[in-house]
Amino acid sequence: MTFELFVFYLFSFILVAAALMVITRRNPVHSALFLVLAFFTSAGIWLLAEAEFLAIVLVLVYVGAVMVLFLFVVMMLDIDVATLRAGFINYLPVALMVAVVMALEIFVIVGPGNFGLDVYPSPPPLPTDYSNTEALGSVLYTVYMYPFEIAAVILLVAIIAAIGLANRTRSDSKYQDPSLQVKVRKGPDRIQVVKMEAED
Amino acid sequence: MDSLISLWEWLGENLIIIQILIKIVLIVAPLMLCVAYFTYAERKIIGYMQVRIGPNRVGPKGWLQPIADAVKLMFKEIVIPSGANKTLFLIAPMLTLGPALAAWAVIPFSDGLVLADINAALLYVIALTSVGVYGVLIAGWASNSKYAFLGAMRSAAQIVSYEIAMGFALVGVLVAAGSLNLGDIVRAQQGQAGFLDWFWLPLMPLFLIYFISGVAETNRAPFDVAEGESEIVAGFHVEYSGMPFAVFFLGEYANMILISALTALFFLGGWLSPFHGFPVIGPALEWVPGMVWFFLKVMFVGFFYLWLRATFPRYRYDQIMRLGWKVFIPITIVWIAVVGLAVVLEMPWWFD
Repeated sequence: MTFELFVFYLFSFILVAAALMVITRRNPVHSALFLVLAFFTSAGIWLLAEAEFLAIVLVLVYVGAVMVLFLFVVMMLDIDVATLRAGFINYLPVALMVAVVMALEIFVIVGPGNFGLDVYPSPPPLPTDYSNTEALGSVLYTVYMYPFEIAAVILLVAIIAAIGLANRTRSDSKYQDPSLQVKVRKGPDRIQVVKMEAED
Repeated sequence: MDSLISLWEWLGENLIIIQILIKIVLIVAPLMLCVAYFTYAERKIIGYMQVRIGPNRVGPKGWLQPIADAVKLMFKEIVIPSGANKTLFLIAPMLTLGPALAAWAVIPFSDGLVLADINAALLYVIALTSVGVYGVLIAGWASNSKYAFLGAMRSAAQIVSYEIAMGFALVGVLVAAGSLNLGDIVRAQQGQAGFLDWFWLPLMPLFLIYFISGVAETNRAPFDVAEGESEIVAGFHVEYSGMPFAVFFLGEYANMILISALTALFFLGGWLSPFHGFPVIGPALEWVPGMVWFFLKVMFVGFFYLWLRATFPRYRYDQIMRLGWKVFIPITIVWIAVVGLAVVLEMPWWFD
């Protein structure tokens, strides 16, 4: 067994184990942290496949940003595990059916018949000065220009929609407007000196 | 000496993993020493700024103070609060320190003197610094304390916000340099006008935003609301004692030195001499090794961290968020467009 193969099996083992922990742990924070581990190890496997740009971006986007916000929310929720599991037996038949259908679909698409060395021969080893990032960028901004830009616009629309749905101004909330604050003049806006007779 | 060099070459050919481990020790051991003496420098500098003397009891002029602190922290009891999640409680400090050290793998100390000369070094650095937030977040949650949890929440929101501004500032650097490799970014700043050729001048707004976001990323004053002594005691590390606390401390200072080093590489010309190409002083200082210039620049930026801490009062939390989202991000986006235009039009001096 070569070193590369050893690393692959080690990372795959950790990945599958972490993925199993995500769905079996009772504590949602632990589940989220195991999901982080799963992302990290899959980034490692992508590095083995010479896709270093995707590997680093997976860590940057999913581990560094998405999962942080996810944990942020999960940590603040007070989840009662008992009520969550209440309907487990009732939902089991439907869930099993969906799971089996999805597993079959995945098997049909990425099963050994469609992949493997005889269908996709392993690519020739690339020279050391080959830049994965540059190769991806040059395709993304030429051949796949329109899909790339359409995806960007869809994401932008999603952001605006999310803000529009969640944002509501409450009439009783007090906040300071910095643009008004900086307009304050030295004289009567800040302080008013009142002269009055001394009382005795 | 010759036998040592031949042994080194033999290691490189046969046991490359041993050679890499030796290189890692050669980077991490001096870094740890730098962290120790950075705390000493901080206490001395802030002391003098506040017309005090600072530590002066342990050793001559207090030079042994950081060693004494380290020994004290090592022998202190590690208290694990009841109801805390023990595993996560102890993993959290390591998660703070680990990324701060791992990022040094791609830092070039001089031309070609780098542990891992990878193409996507800039992305690697952004990815690793973004992982550092987990230490704070997990520490706050695992401590099972309200103060710690509030500190962790504040810190997570702050770090995620400022990461965006930081990332955009680096996009400007990447557009200007045309490469993600840190060595190439420094080489792109080479020219005949010394320090006027570096990126701090054409990318001035990005330079300032990168540094200020770096201060916010490392939870340092005036953005240290994650600790906020006056409101939430000590924030995320309120329950930590002894060595786990010391590891948090090491992580914070290692991160500060890392951001200083990155600022020096991206905007201040890394190992390049500031007087290269100047009439008399340029050739006179040509013998100085690049590593010395690099360390001087790192210390220069590091000094600003201490200066800011001694000068500014703590920001209010909503103003921190406003600064990050409504001021820094728009400015960086505008300046990326400006830099992009300058590169396309091949503006003289920097981009021609």
